[in-house]
Amino acid sequence: MTDPLALDPVLPERERSRLPFNQDRPHDERYQAFEDHVLAGGKIEAGDWMPDEYRTSVLRFVEMHANSELMGVLPERDWIMRAPTLRRKLALTAKIQDEVGHAQLLYRVAEDLGKPREAMIDDLLAGRTKFHNVFHYPTRTWADIGVIAWLVDAAAIVAQQALRDSSYAPYARTMKKICWEESVHIMHGRDVVVTLAAGTPAQRAMVQEALDRWWPPLMQMHGPRSDRSKDRDLHWRIKAKTSEELRQEFLGIYVPRVRELGLSLPDPELRLDPVAGEWRYTEPDWAELRSVVTGHGPASAARIGFRLAQREETRWVRETILGPAVAA
Amino acid sequence: MLPRPAGHEDEPSPGATKPTSGPELEPFEVFRQEREGEPMRHGGSVVAPDPTLALHYARELFARRGESLRLWVIRRADIVELDDQDLLNPPLDRSYKKPGGYVMRDKLAQARVRTGQAKRTASSGRGAGPATPAAPPDQAGQA
Repeated sequence: MTDPLALDPVLPERERSRLPFNQDRPHDERYQAFEDHVLAGGKIEAGDWMPDEYRTSVLRFVEMHANSELMGVLPERDWIMRAPTLRRKLALTAKIQDEVGHAQLLYRVAEDLGKPREAMIDDLLAGRTKFHNVFHYPTRTWADIGVIAWLVDAAAIVAQQALRDSSYAPYARTMKKICWEESVHIMHGRDVVVTLAAGTPAQRAMVQEALDRWWPPLMQMHGPRSDRSKDRDLHWRIKAKTSEELRQEFLGIYVPRVRELGLSLPDPELRLDPVAGEWRYTEPDWAELRSVVTGHGPASAARIGFRLAQREETRWVRETILGPAVAA
Repeated sequence: MLPRPAGHEDEPSPGATKPTSGPELEPFEVFRQEREGEPMRHGGSVVAPDPTLALHYARELFARRGESLRLWVIRRADIVELDDQDLLNPPLDRSYKKPGGYVMRDKLAQARVRTGQAKRTASSGRGAGPATPAAPPDQAGQA
């Protein structure tokens, strides 16, 4: 008879205790085990132990994403009552509901990291946390709705697809659902743009004018180039790609698709360098980006003001469900 | 030591928004079935004061475009979790519990050689059958 307990362990340590950082150990050991796990491609769940700096980094990232989904519907909301056909109105309404749904999913992910939703809304409305630059601009024509749904969502989906591999598993899973829904928005937006581009001279002029206005914020959207080795979010594998990698990917897919419609992009330097295999472009205005995301964009005050008013108007709903004290 | 509730004590209460009065909001996990016959898969979570509202909320977030045939919501606090690797993946060779734990290629080849049914190898060439050793007495009558 062989005593089973006397047998040699055959599984390596990492497999036997897949999450050693969950065990009660000295902080440095835990930290090291956590880092090894993440750098080896491991995933982290909400209930796992995690270093404070990881928790706050994921929280900051997800909260900014949630804020952007929530604020991003406001420029589009303005066009629900002005959509040119019933079908467009239905599609736009569905897209807006999707985006608010994304905000809800993402605020859930953030809540599980320890910050209450009310606190996140407080910070957003007080300007202590940010949302994406593109949602600080006004919409002027129906063509803006096409350009936003097609190209803003496309620039976002390039980033979001890379986030499906995030080391923070609840975020990665949420991104799978979000990407699936965003792909519908891109088709809706492209359909609007293609329809206008194939339309009357006035319609073509309208979509060209919208593209000219949205291009600079689109080029700023992924942010300035950053040093890969100094980026903590990359180090922890919270995100997978640098700003410049995302921008290059976006340009590679979408510049040809814009140009095939006979539309032009307002950057004389924009071209693919065949030797380097990279897109060249005029340096985006990073000062504008910084100013816009800190609440000094052309529509920043109006967007925050709308949310503040909306919060008051919907207070009775929260009070009905939660009781007066919570609904503050 | 065996099952323990999801989440650890040394954390901020996972996802529970603590109101100062009124009903307590708590997280519910949402499971959805995408197609008939498929398992219920975890979809995400919602926070709500009770299961009924959690279900309405889940319907809005996980089934508004016909992507779910069925939804379950389960209070997160009601989930009993086991993730003790000493129990789930004990450090012992349990390969005999899996089909891959039975490697018989060499033994099978040997047995076939003995019954004269060895497969031809590349070097033995087509048509040049291997030498057939006399079948041992105990296998003589086998088909």
